Amino acid sequence: MPTPTRLRDLIRQIRAARTAAEERSVVNKECAYIRSTFREEDSLWRCRNIAKLLYIHMLGYPAHFGQLECLKLIASPRFTDKRVGYLGAMLLLDERQDVHLLITNCLKNDLNSNTQFVVGLALCTLGAIASPEMARDLASEVERLIKSPNAYIKKKAALCAFRIIRKVPDLMEMFLPATRSLLTEKNHGVLITGVTLITEMCENSPDTLNHFKKIVPNLVRILKNLILAGYSPEHDVSGVSDPFLQVKILRLLRILGKNDAEASEAMNDILAQVATNTETTKNVGNTILYETVLSIMEIKSESSLRVLAVNILGRFLLNNDKNIRYVALNTLLRTVHVDTSAVQRHRTTILECLKDPDVSIRRRAMELSFALVNGQNIRSMMKELLTFLERSDAEFKANCSSEMVLAAERYAPSNKWHLDTLFKVFLKAGNYLRDDTVSNTIQKISSAASERQAYAAMRLWTSLERAAISGDATEKQPLVQIAAWTIGEYGDMLVSEASNAISMVDDDGEDDFTRPSEEYVIDVYQKLLWSTQLSITTKEYLLLSLAKLSTRFTTQPSQDKIRVIIDTFGSHIHIELQQRGVELSQLYRQYAHLRPALLERMPPMEAPATNVQDVESEPEPELSPERAPEQDALLDLIIGSEPLTNGDADHKPPVANNNNTTTNQDILELLHGLEVPPLTASSNNNNPASAGAGTGTGTGLLLAGLLAPQALAPAGGIGDALDVPKVTALDKNGVKVVLEVTSRGGDCVTVTVRATSAAPVPLTDFLFQAAVPRTFRLDMMSPSGTVLPPHGEITQVLKITNPTRTALRLRVRISYVGAGGPTLEQAEVGGFPPDLFN
Amino acid sequence: MMQYMLLFSRQGKLRLQKWYVAQTDKQKKKITRELITTVLARKPKMCSFLEWKDVKVVYKRYASLYFCCAMEQEDNELLTLELIHRYVELLDKYFGSVCELDIIFNFEKAYFILDELVLGGELQETSKKNVLKAIAAQDLLQEVSSQDNELV
Repeated sequence: MPTPTRLRDLIRQIRAARTAAEERSVVNKECAYIRSTFREEDSLWRCRNIAKLLYIHMLGYPAHFGQLECLKLIASPRFTDKRVGYLGAMLLLDERQDVHLLITNCLKNDLNSNTQFVVGLALCTLGAIASPEMARDLASEVERLIKSPNAYIKKKAALCAFRIIRKVPDLMEMFLPATRSLLTEKNHGVLITGVTLITEMCENSPDTLNHFKKIVPNLVRILKNLILAGYSPEHDVSGVSDPFLQVKILRLLRILGKNDAEASEAMNDILAQVATNTETTKNVGNTILYETVLSIMEIKSESSLRVLAVNILGRFLLNNDKNIRYVALNTLLRTVHVDTSAVQRHRTTILECLKDPDVSIRRRAMELSFALVNGQNIRSMMKELLTFLERSDAEFKANCSSEMVLAAERYAPSNKWHLDTLFKVFLKAGNYLRDDTVSNTIQKISSAASERQAYAAMRLWTSLERAAISGDATEKQPLVQIAAWTIGEYGDMLVSEASNAISMVDDDGEDDFTRPSEEYVIDVYQKLLWSTQLSITTKEYLLLSLAKLSTRFTTQPSQDKIRVIIDTFGSHIHIELQQRGVELSQLYRQYAHLRPALLERMPPMEAPATNVQDVESEPEPELSPERAPEQDALLDLIIGSEPLTNGDADHKPPVANNNNTTTNQDILELLHGLEVPPLTASSNNNNPASAGAGTGTGTGLLLAGLLAPQALAPAGGIGDALDVPKVTALDKNGVKVVLEVTSRGGDCVTVTVRATSAAPVPLTDFLFQAAVPRTFRLDMMSPSGTVLPPHGEITQVLKITNPTRTALRLRVRISYVGAGGPTLEQAEVGGFPPDLFN
Repeated sequence: MMQYMLLFSRQGKLRLQKWYVAQTDKQKKKITRELITTVLARKPKMCSFLEWKDVKVVYKRYASLYFCCAMEQEDNELLTLELIHRYVELLDKYFGSVCELDIIFNFEKAYFILDELVLGGELQETSKKNVLKAIAAQDLLQEVSSQDNELV
């Protein structure tokens, strides 16, 4: 076999290719050659061939056939082979690959090598691609290496431990003794990795956090030495001594000082020193100040220190550097709850940032603006935000409009202003308005005073007419729906001279309202109903509204027109509209005498029932009508930005949901179908695994078979829990799924799902899905695999946040393909301790 | 913690990729493609930070190369810029006024340097001297182990 092409020659060849096809042919030829050398076990040139393959991989071509060859390189005694082999392993393998056992053995050997660089390579690879299994198998080796006298190995082992704990939090205990001594080292590499490791441990469990409170003086001393020590060329960055280490220490201090007066007291002085002594002309100085400000605001610091911090932020906000302005906004947002009035002082600057061309800055400025809205500034803030909403990108509109609706709800100075603002928001948000806003607004109008109702009808009429004439009604369907409902109910007041007394002068002092004739109103309706682009839902609103108008309007020509339009819907292509057309036209024939009574004005609507029956801790049984919708909207915020219809099903025609059929909803329906009363399904099933394995229609099809009751697994009971709560979710046909609470703190718990199998054959396409009640939030990490070998294990981590702190319940769904074909199991899991979230 | 780091050219060609969080090949390709398009579309005067999907992207352009890091929400964005700068300085010291071609033809060296600076997504060494010393020592070890035979 001839000597293979050198790496740089291959790169030259590829770069010389003039077309994509030419490049492909060069690459394919080389890949074919490389494959053949792999088959012939050419170990001398393996290293060169892998290096070439890695280049080809970076260009986006498949290179998985090199995985095993990388392992062979790692096993070679030559350092060059090892170096390239480990590089290849990091690029071509990750924790999902099935070569775990092989690589674990290689790593174990090299972790025991006498050459520090071989140990270094192994640690680096372990840190990058460790799977939970590898982490478990090699944790003790890593722990031994943390205690190594060699700083080069020590620092790498510390970071490896950091990754291992992140992957498998319950391995933390074994690293605790070795960790503390890391802070006594002089070497900055060891110090910074030590601080990183301790930070991770403290964030992992409250107990460890307490354990490390005693290192505050050590950290303060290290930081002090960094600031006071003279110029040290090795760690200097533009006149600042080791900013990397300073920032890490400041962050750890923040975690240790939070809610702890004693620890905070111990760090007050040093924070003040850092804040006053740091040079701010360069990015690096600002980096440290930024971290310092965050720490000052989060710990229980002295008030003078807080003033200092807010002043620093004020300077940041006026900085010419966009990056500094961004972090200023970011920090203000994080501190606004601590000291609102301090942030208020910068309001004008923040509002200015809403106009920034940079989307990153605009997003921050928007969030911050909403945090600053209050009863005093609501009028001016809303004006600015309306301008922003109008010009903002589509991605902002949904969030911005619902935040504005919320703010208006909370701080409206008057009823009239509230309605005006809502209508303006609807106009500018267009179709991005969330579904629940439509029903909430309708409810609000229906329960308002009659004068307000007339006002709303007149205002909305102006918008509706403009939309119909300019032809952009399709862009503003939520507004059209609200307008149709309101005019349908209160159309008599719209056309009546009696409403002349109501002032239609708007904020700008203009009165752009002209009272329409009855016939003109019907003409506009006709134009909208004839339009082909309005959604069926909107047309349903319009048609019903039109029928209502037949009892509100009095002139004969308008009556005739209404009748003609309704009759034409008797032959509409859409079944729901046709049915309405036919039914309503009956009200002109046999049942004409019933029409006025049937189409009477709606009584004031009850606020939509909130979906929070789960919340037992709610002490006030009587919700005032003003509060309920707000709660509903809040609930929606908790659920997320997805436009899931929520609570408004009562007000909407049954075929409402235009285009919201998502996987989430499928799952939702699935859960509803099972009729387990207390559980409201969650919409937070965004785990990538479910998206990959059984999306969309797939999930839908599975439903049919699922509803058979025998498919239901028995509900889980409490496992043999000692101190960690453990609940068995499923134990059937040899498959056992156990949920284990691995960490808890405040309103957030981490649950590790362990699936084991006693089946004789591997189970493929293993998929675990879970849903929680609406008030909870569920984040699912990706599973350790989708294939469950006999006596093997798959783990997956769930993070559950529960602001209401009620007992945890879950619905789970487990699907896999085993010897007997595809299997699907479902269960409700209770049995967690009720005080889990405390 | 850094989730991944990408180096790409102004033409959108990937020059280096480092993943610290497990992703499938398909996801990696999708992220790379989308992120490169997003970052290249940003104007030079805009800030170096971008909230993108669930990460905070910190990027900076050096000559024709974009250095792009995906960080977690709690990470200090300004410090990430310093980290990128440190990496560029190291490349510069190692290659002697580094240019894009150096990184193309010696991509493995660029990876080796990164691996001495960052491990598992966190900074492991704050001294430039120590990083370069470790790289030089390993290069030497490589020459010894492969004798005169240039294997790569």
